Amino acid sequence: MSTEKTFRLDGKEIPFEDGETVMDAALRAGEYIPHLCHNPDYEPHGSCRICVVDVNGKHQCSCTLPAGEGMEVDNSSEAIVDKRRTLLQMLFVEGNHICPACEKSGACQLQAVAYQTGMLNPHFTHFFPKRSIDASHPDIVFYFNRCILCGLCVRVSRDIDKKAVFSLSGRGHRTRIIFNSPSGKAVDTQLAITDKAVSVCPTGAILPKHLGYETPIGERLYDCLPISVVGDAAKHHSARKPFINGGPDE
Amino acid sequence: MSDISRFVSGLLSDTDNAPDLLLQHLCSIQHQYSHIPEEAIQLLSEQLNIPRVEIVSIAYFYAFLHTSDRGDFDIRFSDNITDRMLGSLPLLESLCKKLGVEPGKPREDGRVSVDLTSCTGICDQGPALLVNGMAISRLDEDRIHKMVGLIEAGIPITKWPKKFFVIEDNIQRRDKLLDDVITRGSAIEAFAVRGSDALLESIDKSGLRGRGGAGFKTATKWRFCRDAPGQEHYVICNADEGEPGTFKDRILLNSYANVVFEGMTMCAGVIGATKGFLYLRGEYLYLRPSLESLLQDRRDAGLLGKDILGRKGFNFDIEIHMGAGAYICGEESALIESLEGKRGIPRNRPPFPVTHGYKNQPSVVNNVETFVAAARIAVFGADWFQSAGTEKSCGTKLLSISGDCAWPGIYEYPYGVSIRQILEDCGAEDTQAVQVSGAAGFTIPPQEFYRTIAFEDVPTGGSFMIFNQQRDLLDMVQNFNRFFCHESCGFCTPCRIGGTLMENLLNKVMVGHATAYDLEEMKKIGHLMQKTAHCGLGTTAPNAILDTLEKFPGIYSKRLLNRSYEPAFDLDAALGVSRHITGRDDEAAHIRYER
Repeated sequence: MSTEKTFRLDGKEIPFEDGETVMDAALRAGEYIPHLCHNPDYEPHGSCRICVVDVNGKHQCSCTLPAGEGMEVDNSSEAIVDKRRTLLQMLFVEGNHICPACEKSGACQLQAVAYQTGMLNPHFTHFFPKRSIDASHPDIVFYFNRCILCGLCVRVSRDIDKKAVFSLSGRGHRTRIIFNSPSGKAVDTQLAITDKAVSVCPTGAILPKHLGYETPIGERLYDCLPISVVGDAAKHHSARKPFINGGPDE
Repeated sequence: MSDISRFVSGLLSDTDNAPDLLLQHLCSIQHQYSHIPEEAIQLLSEQLNIPRVEIVSIAYFYAFLHTSDRGDFDIRFSDNITDRMLGSLPLLESLCKKLGVEPGKPREDGRVSVDLTSCTGICDQGPALLVNGMAISRLDEDRIHKMVGLIEAGIPITKWPKKFFVIEDNIQRRDKLLDDVITRGSAIEAFAVRGSDALLESIDKSGLRGRGGAGFKTATKWRFCRDAPGQEHYVICNADEGEPGTFKDRILLNSYANVVFEGMTMCAGVIGATKGFLYLRGEYLYLRPSLESLLQDRRDAGLLGKDILGRKGFNFDIEIHMGAGAYICGEESALIESLEGKRGIPRNRPPFPVTHGYKNQPSVVNNVETFVAAARIAVFGADWFQSAGTEKSCGTKLLSISGDCAWPGIYEYPYGVSIRQILEDCGAEDTQAVQVSGAAGFTIPPQEFYRTIAFEDVPTGGSFMIFNQQRDLLDMVQNFNRFFCHESCGFCTPCRIGGTLMENLLNKVMVGHATAYDLEEMKKIGHLMQKTAHCGLGTTAPNAILDTLEKFPGIYSKRLLNRSYEPAFDLDAALGVSRHITGRDDEAAHIRYER
């Protein structure tokens, strides 16, 4: 028997293999499910909840949900998009996200997903937290105002770069990223500009120095095409251009 | 060799440098030095081969761990709503004033800190506090006054009056579980004689469901775990009784711990485990010495260790692991993370602990009360147990009753008992509301007092808090929401941020600046949390707000502004800083809103 297993995503048949998540199978089939803490190259995490879908009447996180035969997955009804939009609004008011003044604008996944869901304003009252900037590292700067605590840098530094440069510390609304150094500064860690962890940030919280505005605003990745078409910024990285600002590499 | 280095080496020499003991080491260091010194972090990092950043992040995760010194006397007032109803806040103020200390900050000489903490599980004998981790009950002005004398004289708490630390069982009603104590070893004996299949059948037939609140069938859980492949299997007893208003496990571990250990040992026999853990909440540190000595007694009697009851190959032992002030660790997968020495972040599920639990091996995690019930079913049989309760909720349930009633304490009832009956029995009068199943539970108004305690009606882990007509229920709602903000692990967006948004909106209601629009906002945020949060903490955190909005709309509406919208920016509150600086608080220094 070689009949393929499938589930339905917005009415469309999506084939999947055993052990695959709804997210994996959908992305493989070229269907976009918005996500931030998830990066298809790494283990699923399930913290941002942006990839929430409705499966047979229940809300589930598609990046951690194993695909099942005959599932009816709703990825685009207004009810689901509204939930995503509200979650995004929460992320926007939790930090200090000033898109016009951010070097990542146009290549930022948070911003692109917000556009994709039709988020027009932050809706909630801003928390205006006091968060620091760490510019101690010669090649990399950290704007914690823009951190959405997705933990991607933590996971990739620990599991891929094998350096464990970061950790999420504290809990609840006091959760924050800390560095693996007695001084608490980035410069005293083993972090290098070539580390994978540096390029996975879905926002402008981790940026390379010396490359500011290489690509003009208006010509950047998501300025050209929506995220539902081009996908994650991180997948367009190459050794030559570690931080994609423009369109996909030729 | 420094003192710290000697202490840390001493901790590590007893163990094979297992990283899963990290949290336990940190608890010991905190206890010894009243904080986690930098030197200890470095030593642990080097010797356990754990990045220092992870050790620091764990220290910041657990409320009872600190990287700065808390002094010789580290005092935390239990801040459950029931403590407040018994007058905890004026007592805290009084203590702070007498000691000359500001809440949350060590005193200038560094000798004493006074702070708040989540419910310590002494609601029936409150107000309560912890001093250097040890519980003191029945606080009053006199006790506070004496404490000040002892602290200023530098008397170590081991020399404080014994009566300060007396925590009574306070059992008001007994039924099947508390009636009489079974003979030590009898449940294990029954299991050993009848075998695993017969015991599982008996537990199945008894209808026993998990007593933590979720109500999963115990026999099914044990069977799944037994049949799951793995190098090791583990039995874990969840004694992280953190739900505000619950204290039944305190009694079970104080006076029925032998039965708890019988249940765990039986379970080990069934699933083939050789190792078990009792995960004890940090607030119950005072129970640890007696539990440890009981475990030793059982080893000496051949009821734990090698060849239990002389049966070859029946090997099992129990280790006690301490929690360190994290409600989330009551969630079974977060508890397992914590057992492994990590931050208590709930795992993604599936897989479930029955197949991938502690160290990714099949594990049974059960509530303390479930193990007690299972042990007694083994001795007295399924029919005995099933004869009480309802069709879907067999047996009895321990309720921890506190709040506005004449006789707070532990009440054991057959499932199916009505809330009205309970209120009558505990001497509650003029009741406005009952909060069943803790902060995460249900707010029950008088018109629903006919409802019953049962999985199919009002399920509960055991918390039962009573509020009379004189109480402002909004105080309760605010207390619970702050609790969840404090206890959220911060992993997922809706819980981490939703709690703070709720807090801000509740404050807006409290100060009389909210409109009907704001109540709709609270509903929207609450429903989002219920639908999209990562774990049970996040999905239940908005319950009290949503329940009271629906069933007690008056507590909100009487405070609302009669207009369609009111900005979140509160001009009067913003002037607070100026008022503080100028020392003014007269009428002209305020901007008053019309109702």
